[in-house]
Amino acid sequence: MEQEMVLKKESNMVSNFKQTILKLTPSMKKDGVFKSLKNTGITLLSILLFLGLWQMGSKALYNKEANYRVEKALQERGEEAAAAERACIESGDSSCQPNTLPSPSQVWASLQSLIADHQVISADKAAFAEKMAVTNEKMISQGKDTIVYTGRASFVDIVLTSIKTVFAGFLLAMFIAVPIGIIIGLSPSLRSAFNWFIQIFKPVSPVVWYLLVFMIVKTLYIGDSSDNAFVISFISVGLCAMWATLVNTAMGVASVDKDYINVAKVLKLGTFQKVFKVILPSSLPLIFTGLRITLSVAWMVLIAIELLAQSQGLGLFVWEEFQNGANDSNSKIIVAMFVIGIIGFLLDRLMLAVQNMVSFNKNEMA
Amino acid sequence: MNTAQQSNQTYSENGIVYPSNIMLDLSNLKKVYPTPKGDYVVLEDLNLQILKEEFVTIIGHSGCGKTTMLSMIAGLNEISGGNISVLGNPVKGPGPDRGVIFQSPSLMPWMSALDNVLLGVNQVFPDATKAQRQDVAKYYLHKVGLEDAFHKKASELSQGMQQRVGIARAFAIKPKVLLLDEPFGMLDSLTRGELQDILIEIWNKEKITAVMITHDVDEAIFLADRVIMMTSGPKAKIGDILNIDFERPRTRKSVLENDDYYTYRKHLIDFLEH
Repeated sequence: MEQEMVLKKESNMVSNFKQTILKLTPSMKKDGVFKSLKNTGITLLSILLFLGLWQMGSKALYNKEANYRVEKALQERGEEAAAAERACIESGDSSCQPNTLPSPSQVWASLQSLIADHQVISADKAAFAEKMAVTNEKMISQGKDTIVYTGRASFVDIVLTSIKTVFAGFLLAMFIAVPIGIIIGLSPSLRSAFNWFIQIFKPVSPVVWYLLVFMIVKTLYIGDSSDNAFVISFISVGLCAMWATLVNTAMGVASVDKDYINVAKVLKLGTFQKVFKVILPSSLPLIFTGLRITLSVAWMVLIAIELLAQSQGLGLFVWEEFQNGANDSNSKIIVAMFVIGIIGFLLDRLMLAVQNMVSFNKNEMA
Repeated sequence: MNTAQQSNQTYSENGIVYPSNIMLDLSNLKKVYPTPKGDYVVLEDLNLQILKEEFVTIIGHSGCGKTTMLSMIAGLNEISGGNISVLGNPVKGPGPDRGVIFQSPSLMPWMSALDNVLLGVNQVFPDATKAQRQDVAKYYLHKVGLEDAFHKKASELSQGMQQRVGIARAFAIKPKVLLLDEPFGMLDSLTRGELQDILIEIWNKEKITAVMITHDVDEAIFLADRVIMMTSGPKAKIGDILNIDFERPRTRKSVLENDDYYTYRKHLIDFLEH
């Protein structure tokens, strides 16, 4: 009896609570849910539309090439050969498939095969490591180099190499561009001294930066057999991408609100205090805007540079697949394209989050 | 009777000023801005002596050079001719002996209210312990009614609250002269009244010589011992000076009830409309 009472009271309280919540959030919540549902719906719809257009486009291209082949066989080798060619194409035999823009399903299949391939390779690696564990321990105790797995890199390894390269390049850009930007931002005369330098080197293409870095690093590594592709590519990426940060940092430091500078003057803050307590915090939002641009530029030029530097990343992967010309090469290239796009998007979101964290005036940021 | 009133009377009754009573001395002050069409003279032959513990308001039309004059006193703007001296020492640049309350609160938005005040306090009292400096900053924040907002970021405070921090920051560095450049110009009239009360309350305790620019005739009378009226530029100078002989401490009510208030008000408005 008593227990029942308690239960009843409790359920009363719960329903009261629910009512209060409902009262507190009248139509606002409903509208919000509706709005987000609508937005998700629109996004899904546009994805479907995109896939549909893609499917239709690839189908049309496929037919065009197939018809051309059949036509060619007919003209060159007669009707029988043409019929055989058509039968071969329709049977799905890989030897005579038109090699054109892959359809979404082919790309999906390639993605899965790349993942499966990754699982095979990582199993291989684990087995290799187990087998070599004892030997490697001995090698370490004897002070020799350990034996490492030198097999084919899986798609995931390739992606990780690219991400590593881009971060190394980004850090290099940051460590060069931010301090220099601060220094030239502080001094108008240094700013004009550096201006020609920035204006000339900013528009230089990634390929040329790569060649420049290659010239220098090649000589520095002379006589050293170790692989310098990673070093060359991350330095090139850094040099290509640092300009946005350099310009933004200099601008941010140079355009600190005059009121803050006046406060610093009235309080007679020393140079150190002025820089670290007033100028830097107030230019942080612009510095981070620059860093965000730098990261996206770094990711964009990375592909071209990896290709040139033969660094085991996505750039080289795309190029090798293209040269390879295997039946699923085209769809693997498209997989890489999506992976590149999605990682680029995620990196940008990451930087945006950091940027919002350091910006002191939330209203100014959109 | 306090010394401010004594000196004020000395000034108004016999016209004699004792040098030891002068806090701020502007003599033959001139400001020229070079333009492509030739020099533009903002101020010329401006002479003004402001006494210790005096509160002076300056009123005049926009663009007449009030702010230029104030920023020259602050040392933020070069002097083109003449002299400005504080207690006989010529002004050579900005310094914490002349605290400034700017029109926009000019707080560092990424710092808390307390850190904003401490920025000045740390600079002026480098030998005090950390706890002592914190106490000074907290005392003034308390005085301006922000005892609950020590650790709020300046960007999270309303405009009025930010200006309160500005007042606390200026008083906390214990300046000899307080310069106020239309500090309440951007506030709504209700907030403005509140802040005037806060300002005058702290000022009654500290008696720091104050020079304040305002556009508001009532504000000028309520706060000041003397209202300086400036002529319109170019070549602006002092047009007229009005002594406000209300007792201190004043309340808004007592001022409004005083018959002289309306005479003063008419005087100022006549000058401005002239």
